[in-house]
Amino acid sequence: MSIESIDSREPHFPKMYMSKGNFNRRILLDKIARKLFLSATLLALLVLGVLIFRISSQSIGWLNIKFLTSNLSIFPEKAGIYGVILGSLWLMLIVAPITLIIGVSTAIYLEEYASKGKVREFIRINISNLAGVPSVIFGLLGLTVFGRLFNLGSSILAGGLTMSLLVLPIVVVASQEAIRAVPNFLRDASYAMGATKWVTMRTVILPVALPGILTGSILALSRAIGETAPLVVLGIPTLILKIPTGIMDDFTALPIQIYYWTLDTVLVPEYINLAAATIIVLLVVLFLMNTTAILIRNKFQRRY
Amino acid sequence: MVKTIQVRELISKNIKSTKNKYVDKLMPYIFFVAASISIITTIGIVYTLIFDGLKFFREVPLREIFSTRLAPLASNPSFGILPIINGTIITSIIAMCVAIPIGLSTAIYLSEYASDKVRKKIKPLVEVLAGIPTIVYGFFAYSFVTPLLMTIIPDLGAKNALSPGIVMGIMITPLVASLSEDAMNSVPNEMREGALALGSTKLEVTFKVVIPAAISGIIASFVLGISRAVGETMIVVIGSGSSKNFTFDITQSMQTMTAYIVEFTSGDAGSGTLGYYSLYAVGLLLFVFTLLMNLLAQYISRKYREEY
Repeated sequence: MSIESIDSREPHFPKMYMSKGNFNRRILLDKIARKLFLSATLLALLVLGVLIFRISSQSIGWLNIKFLTSNLSIFPEKAGIYGVILGSLWLMLIVAPITLIIGVSTAIYLEEYASKGKVREFIRINISNLAGVPSVIFGLLGLTVFGRLFNLGSSILAGGLTMSLLVLPIVVVASQEAIRAVPNFLRDASYAMGATKWVTMRTVILPVALPGILTGSILALSRAIGETAPLVVLGIPTLILKIPTGIMDDFTALPIQIYYWTLDTVLVPEYINLAAATIIVLLVVLFLMNTTAILIRNKFQRRY
Repeated sequence: MVKTIQVRELISKNIKSTKNKYVDKLMPYIFFVAASISIITTIGIVYTLIFDGLKFFREVPLREIFSTRLAPLASNPSFGILPIINGTIITSIIAMCVAIPIGLSTAIYLSEYASDKVRKKIKPLVEVLAGIPTIVYGFFAYSFVTPLLMTIIPDLGAKNALSPGIVMGIMITPLVASLSEDAMNSVPNEMREGALALGSTKLEVTFKVVIPAAISGIIASFVLGISRAVGETMIVVIGSGSSKNFTFDITQSMQTMTAYIVEFTSGDAGSGTLGYYSLYAVGLLLFVFTLLMNLLAQYISRKYREEY
């Protein structure tokens, strides 16, 4: 085919198969749509920006060392969240070991011990559905079982146990993924050296899977530290002036305090600033936890 | 040479140690006990909700339950459930009206239009939205969005269904966006390239090729979003208040099912009263509804998934 013949054909081609006006319109539509999709994405981010900016500006002048180190008070000028921070810490002290031990054990069972049959499938479906149960329902469970049946009331232990059940699915799923990612040749090598299944688990698989497990656990804890509804349903009292000293004490945590202060802004307008300052503390804690999780993942995760 | 000795030592040590054998036999049982805790949790939830919820359904006639008068603490108490079901549906609809367009647009932009560089910057930011505690969104709805909307709608109440609905939509957006994006990313590139080679624009590729191919995952993300909206508590507790009126006016306060549970437990409802049992009845409805939604989402994404 000569060059001339292509040239002579070309002018006919677009005329035959598409009209030029339609083509331009389609290109234009594509460009408009692209801008629309981008602006919708940016709108979501704009809300995030406004949220953080607005709450930060409400907390200015209220968030200081005195606010972090003094105790709760009904007078806004005197109020501080020292006891509230301790309450959240105590809560984590219960949630972290319980979810880590039970979550990792469940994941080990599902990945390494359970035969690939109905039991395993049943537990898997059960866990994924448990993850979708509204947190307020966990609150009802905690109120009935831990609060009333075990008579733990609204203590740190009752709150911690309720919260542990709530975030357990997150730890299980993350640990399962981490264990699944351990390559089989490491297992085979360990068995070939005469190690038993448990020894292989303890000395080979868990150490390799540990970064993934820790990342998942930190994310689960960050969910637990910001969760409010289960604790409200448990019936945490409004104003706790006593600083918690043990797991049987009544307590209040950061999200609960934000909730009560927001509710009471009708009575005392300054409470809105206290709530905003507490939110900033909570967001900083969450940010630090998530950053730690990402750092652990990036630093220790090995790819085989 | 050194390594061979280590292997031999380890083998002989393992053969000699009987302790490891016992531990090895014991461990599966310990792990099974741990795994069964999640099942016990489910049984516990179902049992408490049904056990106490049934007491409510036995005492209260069905005609009263399906009425529009909800006044649990009145001297002549009435337990019509329709006001809080109405509140739940209306706030969820508002939320989905925000979450579906924004979430789907974000998914389309990230999966079809954005370059790798842009995606790597925007995606983590969108996920930050998912990590913000709902109490913070509640505070935001009450202290910022409601006053902002009041400048447009002067009749808006300090507690209303509109503002928490919108904020709840923003909260659900990352869920819809990331699940839809996953579904769209799993559509193979050959299909896009085929359509582009036939002269389609990216917009046409998105709506005529990618979305039809990923529709099961996208619909599943919507269903999960609805389930989240129905189960969401703190945003509506703070933003929408506790009015038990049966109304369709979104500028007024409405109570959702979750908010009813929170209001009642933090109040002084004594154990054994009808009001106390009504809590579990509402919880049961909520549990069944979200469970059905979650199962539906799993069913849709499994059944209608097209494998490539």
